[in-house]
Amino acid sequence: MGKTNLDEFAMGSGSIDGIFGPVKNPWGYSEQYRERLGQDHKREDSDWVIAGGSSGGSAVAVASLTCFASLGSDTGGSTRNPAALCGIVGFKSSYGLLSRHGLVPLVNSMDVPGIMTRCVDDVSIVLGALAGHDPKDSTTIQDPFEPFELPDEIDVRNLCVGIPKEYHAPGLSTEGLKSWTKAADLFENAGARVVEVSLPHTPYSIVCYHVLCTAEVASNMARFDGLEYGHRSEVETSTEALYAATRHEGFNDAVRGRILAGNYFLLKQNYDHYFIKAQRVRRLIANDFLKVFGSGVDVLLTPTTLSDAATYLEFIKEDNRTRSVQEDIFTQSVNLAGMPAVTVPTVLSRRGLPLGIQFIGQAFRDKQLLTVAKWFEQQINFQCINLQGLLNNCDELHKPDISKIVMAPTV
Amino acid sequence: MWSFTRRAAQSVPLLGWLRPNRAVNPRVAVWGRQTGGVGVEESGPGPGPRPGRSKVSMEMIDHLERLALVDFRNQEGVERLADAIQFANQLHVVDTEGVEPMDSVLEDRSLYLRADKVTEGYCTEVILSNAKHVIEEYLVAPPGNIPLPKKEERDSFLQHSN
Repeated sequence: MGKTNLDEFAMGSGSIDGIFGPVKNPWGYSEQYRERLGQDHKREDSDWVIAGGSSGGSAVAVASLTCFASLGSDTGGSTRNPAALCGIVGFKSSYGLLSRHGLVPLVNSMDVPGIMTRCVDDVSIVLGALAGHDPKDSTTIQDPFEPFELPDEIDVRNLCVGIPKEYHAPGLSTEGLKSWTKAADLFENAGARVVEVSLPHTPYSIVCYHVLCTAEVASNMARFDGLEYGHRSEVETSTEALYAATRHEGFNDAVRGRILAGNYFLLKQNYDHYFIKAQRVRRLIANDFLKVFGSGVDVLLTPTTLSDAATYLEFIKEDNRTRSVQEDIFTQSVNLAGMPAVTVPTVLSRRGLPLGIQFIGQAFRDKQLLTVAKWFEQQINFQCINLQGLLNNCDELHKPDISKIVMAPTV
Repeated sequence: MWSFTRRAAQSVPLLGWLRPNRAVNPRVAVWGRQTGGVGVEESGPGPGPRPGRSKVSMEMIDHLERLALVDFRNQEGVERLADAIQFANQLHVVDTEGVEPMDSVLEDRSLYLRADKVTEGYCTEVILSNAKHVIEEYLVAPPGNIPLPKKEERDSFLQHSN
């Protein structure tokens, strides 16, 4: 078992804010990307490509062909975002299907352990091993879970695919739009019914997520005081001073920002105005999904990210909070409603970087969702990452001492 | 052939809502009433780099730092909070009359409660090994009941503790 890097406390959408350093996207070193950079471009190592976040390390582990599957967390898209930017399959199950025991809680009502693999079949294998009721996580449903295998021959003629019109956001890149359109066409040409649907509260979803997330974060991060585990400051003047110093030293800007915002929204005078209001809006958003699925739609088809992966220098032009708000736009509403969703790599952008397409399913219909995703994957036949250049030029890398490498079994 | 061009004209401009720092973006005006909570001064419309953005008072900063036991550290931290509040204010244009707050998506199911029987445990050593300061199976903390120092004093001792 290997451990991977991520944004600190899973807060972020670039995996650049971890204390061990940032995560770099292997596609930034691929032949597909490098040949499109042009001969005159001097490859500056400071201009590497981000992996997305917050579970960037897990996505990179699979994308770089280091392992077959990895786990991440998905609270607002933290599994699907890096999966899409790294060209792999990223799956968020229905809330309550996978146990959260062992997952450091960020937002208890939205967190789901995410699964990242090279293909959709592998997702169902990993899901089969992990899903089901866990007495140690009382939010897992008690319905019996049967591990399943996805069929190889899939017919989509009886399928109804919904395209939520509000997901056509101005920030969506032309390539993102094109791959979304192409996906819709694929289904239509194969005989599926493709309809436009409306999720009218979509514009408020990211705001609602922001309030609820910071509020729950403020509560969940309160346990990090340095006494029972983790970093502890040297300050010994008083208990409160110890806590304050430990948290000052131990949390980065993004985490502290969310804790303080969350505490603000939870103040007695603000509680109804912000927190309860956000909870009401959450119900409206969840109802939007229920209404659409209740009208005969089987799955929704949306982009996963606004565009392909940015370079690091481009990404850091905005702060962590702004980036999260931008990057999570298509992914977080699914967490508010508890629906399953999966991102499948679709096409390479003009720059040679992957773009993904997201499928959203009905709660606890994960098998149907994955079947649709598998059919799509079969039609697309996404190309494999070409890291030959990187492997040939090993002098560019620090050469590890072979005798010190321990071969970990892959999942 | 699925066409977005017609639909694009009808779709909601999502990102008009998402740029609190872009004071010059005309779509920013869609945000509606900027009603901040107590301790947040309304700067109101008018000349200024961020129209409608509320200022966070010193009292509020101190209050939040005491509650959260997390410091803002610098002006950037305070502005981050002001941005977060301004962003959250967009919620207030949504009509939620008669809508019940939702705690969990699994609200229609009853929570699993296991039987009150000991099934595991007896791992004191492992648990205590996580703590930095332990004396004879006690976690050691500095004296309690001492109030957190005032803001100026806090800021200076936190600088040194870095």
